[in-house]
Amino acid sequence: MTLAEAAASSAPSLQAQAAPMVAFEAVTKRFGRAADEAQFTALDGVGLSVSRGAITGIIGRSGAGKSTLIRLVNGLEKATSGNVLVDGVEVGGLSETGLRDLRRQVGMIFQHFNLLSSRTAFDNVALPLEIAGLSREAIRQKVAPLLDLVGLGDKADRYPAELSGGQKQRVGIARALATSPKLLLSDEATSALDPETTHSILELLKRINAELGLTVLLITHEMEVVKTIATDVAVIDRGRIVEAGRTFDVFTLPKHETTRALLSSSLGVKLPEWVRSGLQPQPLPGGRVMVRLIFFGATAFQPLTARLVSEIGTGVNIMAGTIDEIAGEPFGSLVVSYSSDTAVIQRAEQFYTETGLTREVLGYVA
Amino acid sequence: MSPEMLFNLLWKSLAQTLQMVAIAGVIGSLIGLPIGVFLATSGKGELFPAPATNRIIGLVVNAARSTPFIILVVAIIPFTRFVTGTSIGTYAAIVPLTLATIPFFARLVEASIREIDKGLIEAARAMGATPFQIVWKVLLPEARPSLILALTMTLVSLIGYSAMVGAVGGGGLGDLGIRYGYQRFMPEVMLAVVVVLIVLVQAVQSAGDLAARRFDRRSRKN
Repeated sequence: MTLAEAAASSAPSLQAQAAPMVAFEAVTKRFGRAADEAQFTALDGVGLSVSRGAITGIIGRSGAGKSTLIRLVNGLEKATSGNVLVDGVEVGGLSETGLRDLRRQVGMIFQHFNLLSSRTAFDNVALPLEIAGLSREAIRQKVAPLLDLVGLGDKADRYPAELSGGQKQRVGIARALATSPKLLLSDEATSALDPETTHSILELLKRINAELGLTVLLITHEMEVVKTIATDVAVIDRGRIVEAGRTFDVFTLPKHETTRALLSSSLGVKLPEWVRSGLQPQPLPGGRVMVRLIFFGATAFQPLTARLVSEIGTGVNIMAGTIDEIAGEPFGSLVVSYSSDTAVIQRAEQFYTETGLTREVLGYVA
Repeated sequence: MSPEMLFNLLWKSLAQTLQMVAIAGVIGSLIGLPIGVFLATSGKGELFPAPATNRIIGLVVNAARSTPFIILVVAIIPFTRFVTGTSIGTYAAIVPLTLATIPFFARLVEASIREIDKGLIEAARAMGATPFQIVWKVLLPEARPSLILALTMTLVSLIGYSAMVGAVGGGGLGDLGIRYGYQRFMPEVMLAVVVVLIVLVQAVQSAGDLAARRFDRRSRKN
């Protein structure tokens, strides 16, 4: 069974049938003038669609183009070429007025919160409503429930300087939700927070996504963030999307080098250096094969390792492994090595086919 | 000079100084504020992009600021006469004082606004705010403590400048000090003028500091 089939047969696909909430079509963004030698290509022919109602994570190292990408969605940056569609509307074609209307339907939260120090929590949440021209009374009726939603009902009169980082981001979230947007953009919203606070903010975003049916597009450099809440993921590297799909698929069988590099620190599947440096692409006589076994869905709950050992018969050596959860699904990864003798490999392959275990041959060692 | 006479002279001069500083301060900062906001927001890629105009206004502001005040007072006498109908007296003195205040305050306003975190402007843009809403609801309120300090600094400078307008018969404490204390060699008048000026500047500075602290929510306090 291939991974794609496995994905299709397990939990119903979260990719809605409807048109995507956000679509990038061959988007390129360059900074600086064309004639300039210093011209910098931040995004290079990006194509990506963000499903309605999903939480989509865009992950990449700093400088990969994430920030530029998310700013194209609400028109804070303009694409040099290509189209960005939000709910079917082409952002690049909007007038200033049209852009402001769009922005009122798209909330945004920031790494450094960007709260006004001169306004209380209440007045910060009220700001987008004042900008939209709502009456005082209407504003009061909107803001109080939002502060309750983010768990800050009792902090309405506090100034940002009197709040903790996590509380400030909660105010930021309430503010982003004030105009009842259909899309929430998160720009490294947890990168300035400690792990525990990060977790609580992610839980809040998850809840908002589920309760309000809000589409969330987040950018981050933290694998944990994507792993915890994103149903879909896109990996960006040097201005290009190198891998995209359901988070579980992408993370269990990463294809691109960047994805692997980003994952290695998070999923603990990094091979010891002395093993990795000795890997050969071809079997060596009397040598061993190095295989990564991936457990998920049904295979995550069966004692397959023990059966593999009895099936192959010869010594199976466990090199590295981890058990984790990705997008709410159990996931295990085990790197094993055994004899690269043809008969042994055949028995093993047959075993994988029978059990539906996904395996990836990493290479051969002496 | 009898104490009574001295008191009357001081009182009259203080009133003239306060009048000049107050009127020039109010008009000058009302005009200087928008100019300062413009200077801070009209660069390339900013809220009201107009880099050429920005540069021209910047040059004019620099030119006005580098002209020594006493030269400015004399140089603009025709303009003063055009505005007030006379080139002599307290009202006439208010014209050069106001003209000196505008660029001074504008530069301070510009610095205050530029200090504001660019992230706040981005957040406001992301909410769908117009450039004017960003100025009114974000930049000016966030800069308020520092604008109050800028206004304080402007008023203190104005008190200093007002001492020079005796040259065009503007009156005021500075003029009193020069004419009685220096030219007629009456050290007790000079001393009294200096003491009143010190007290005045202290009062303005303390009031400004207090007001700025009241509006500053940037640090935690209980």
